[in-house]
Amino acid sequence: MHIVVCIKQVPDSAQIRVHPVTNTIMRQGVPTIINPYDLVVLEEALRLRDNYGGTVTVLTMGPPMAEDSLRKCLTFGADRAVLLTDRFFAGSDTLATSYALTAAIRKISETWGKPDIVFAGKQTIDGDTAQVGPGIASRLNLQQLTYVSKINGVVSDKNQIEVERRAEGGIQVLVSTMPVLVTMIEGSNEMRRGTMAAALAAAKAEIVTWSAADAGVEDMTKCGLRGSPTVVKKVFAPAARSEKAFQLPVAGKPAEEIAALLLEDLFQRKPAIEDELMKFASGQ
Amino acid sequence: MTTAPQAPKPAAPAAGGNRATMKKELPEHFKAYRHVWVFIEYEHGKIHPVSLELLGEGRKLADKLQVELAGVIIGEKADELAAAAQECFEYGADLCYRVYDPILAHYRNQSFTKAMTDVVNTYKPEIFLLGATTLGRDLAGSVATTLLTGLTADCTELAIDDERSLAATRPTFGGSLLCTIHTLNFRPQMATVRPRVFGLPDRQPGRTGRVIDHPLDMTEESIITKVLKFIPDRESNQCQLAFADIVVAGGLGLRSAENFHLVKNLAEVLGAEYGGSRPLVQKGWITADRQIGQTGKTIRPKVYIAAGISGAIQHRVGVEGADLIIAINTDPNAPIYDFAHVGLIADATQVLPALTEAFAKHLSVNRIAG
Ligand SMILES: Cc1cc2nc3c(=O)[nH]c(=O)nc-3n(C[C@H](O)[C@H](O)[C@H](O)COP(=O)(O)OP(=O)(O)OC[C@H]3O[C@@H](n4cnc5c(N)ncnc54)[C@H](O)[C@@H]3O)c2cc1C
Repeated sequence: MHIVVCIKQVPDSAQIRVHPVTNTIMRQGVPTIINPYDLVVLEEALRLRDNYGGTVTVLTMGPPMAEDSLRKCLTFGADRAVLLTDRFFAGSDTLATSYALTAAIRKISETWGKPDIVFAGKQTIDGDTAQVGPGIASRLNLQQLTYVSKINGVVSDKNQIEVERRAEGGIQVLVSTMPVLVTMIEGSNEMRRGTMAAALAAAKAEIVTWSAADAGVEDMTKCGLRGSPTVVKKVFAPAARSEKAFQLPVAGKPAEEIAALLLEDLFQRKPAIEDELMKFASGQ
Repeated sequence: MTTAPQAPKPAAPAAGGNRATMKKELPEHFKAYRHVWVFIEYEHGKIHPVSLELLGEGRKLADKLQVELAGVIIGEKADELAAAAQECFEYGADLCYRVYDPILAHYRNQSFTKAMTDVVNTYKPEIFLLGATTLGRDLAGSVATTLLTGLTADCTELAIDDERSLAATRPTFGGSLLCTIHTLNFRPQMATVRPRVFGLPDRQPGRTGRVIDHPLDMTEESIITKVLKFIPDRESNQCQLAFADIVVAGGLGLRSAENFHLVKNLAEVLGAEYGGSRPLVQKGWITADRQIGQTGKTIRPKVYIAAGISGAIQHRVGVEGADLIIAINTDPNAPIYDFAHVGLIADATQVLPALTEAFAKHLSVNRIAG
């Protein structure tokens, strides 16, 4: 089986701060990480390979420094890593991103064989759109299996895959024919640790690096800023409410008194709530 | 016009400021695109509330543009969908496009994408809104890519600008900033919105509209993915947090998993739902479906009580729709006091049990009296 996993290197958003005056992102010194949702699918890909045999190719589109994340994937056990990097890709929105990744997956397919499964993270923590996976599926005409919570099994000789998918109000059990595109929800598995030996090997491994031309991207106008139908017109900080909270005079009072103060204040502001609570309390 | 700051930008759409000023005229073949559409998510015999919320918001956009508001409803049975269409009319739709076929009994990406893109290509909407549910996100991504148009996910505000363009505002960088995104030279302009970001519009019983049928040009044999079964969540497992009238929530200020019971106890006395901030999910104090905020649930209760929650922006965006926010926090400078209505600068671990007792007493006394 050949499995391709698309990952993205993202700034660790827990450490991002916004400059209070200029409203701009302060990126200096913010470490980058592999998008956490991508680790869920990477782990699943490695498990499938371990169970059914085959290879795992990891793919990312990003700046040259995204190589770090690819090496980490090799440490976890991926078999090869491809970096798609070109200044033409800068400013891509989701449509342009899925266009570029699709070209690279076609090239991977020519070079190392057709993938049976393409995995993508459910969403990224920086863009959060959850659209790149479906975009790749549409462009490559793959069956699209998103929000998968469990892969029940693969029947390789019949090209079949059975999955459980989180739907509204329940779980859909689906059977499909590979090639498929799969995204998974968090909590589906736990990422393995890489070994020291794997880390040493990964540090020396070759990262296959492709420019747009190398990957066989046909239409540069579909890449980057030019290929992105959406335009960011404005970036701004959320407005503060004009008035701050009304502080109840609680200083130094015992908890019972504080509670009584709040009840009085609440029922004064929202008389209807008291009626509703009474109804609830009397079991209506 | 506002230009984007010069700072480094999110990896996705960047440096839009200058490009926006270069706006070309809308290509000729897109000029026929008119009207505002909402995808009506209809499953298991009912409309997802987010679709009705979007009809309310779509109505405002349609009125501003002086165009019609349409629902698109896809499913198995004509009569069921007709009843659902009637509900849409009462929530503000002028017409509904209906695609019904046995193939469409369950949601599958391939069949729904086909139905959806055919209707869009035939009747050409200028704006197309979908709920950001698992179904809506799955569908929106493939429809937008098939149509080769722009899609803005998880919007928190929708407006029409001076050039009749949809201005879709969404949080970015984990909610620290907001950005307004336009799809200038492509149609339709697509956006998804999470449940409960907008309130339910008033229902106008008896309001009517037109139903337009569109065939599904597809056979079951051509659909590769099959649904083996659907396992519904047990009723008791479905937490109704997003739709509760009263929500009590706790944060790290509670200090321990044991103390979280203080939140549950108060919620129980009030017949309320309980929830918490994200770190509590990470610590395993509460389950993920009870996380409130940008990466959890958006709620719109009548009363929200937040105990030991600092009010980080990612939390704030999930609760701002509440009518009344009461915060209990020991730190007078906690950001939650910037958007709460009532504050209690006190120790939540002491105030919560006192509140539980006071409410219980008040309710039982008044019950006997009444
Ligand atoms: C990409 C991203 C997405 C996120 N999504 C979400 C989300 O969906 N939801 C969410 O909630 N967070 C989210 N977060 C996390 C968010 O940034 C905050 O870290 C989190 O909300 C803080 O949780 P907290 O208020 O419980 O804890 P803290 O920020 O640690 O606040 C604890 C508060 O308790 C107060 N306190 C301490 N002791 C007491 C006491 N005895 N009585 C009363 N008050 C006391 C303190 O003064 C403090 O204000 C996200 C972060 C990122 C980066």
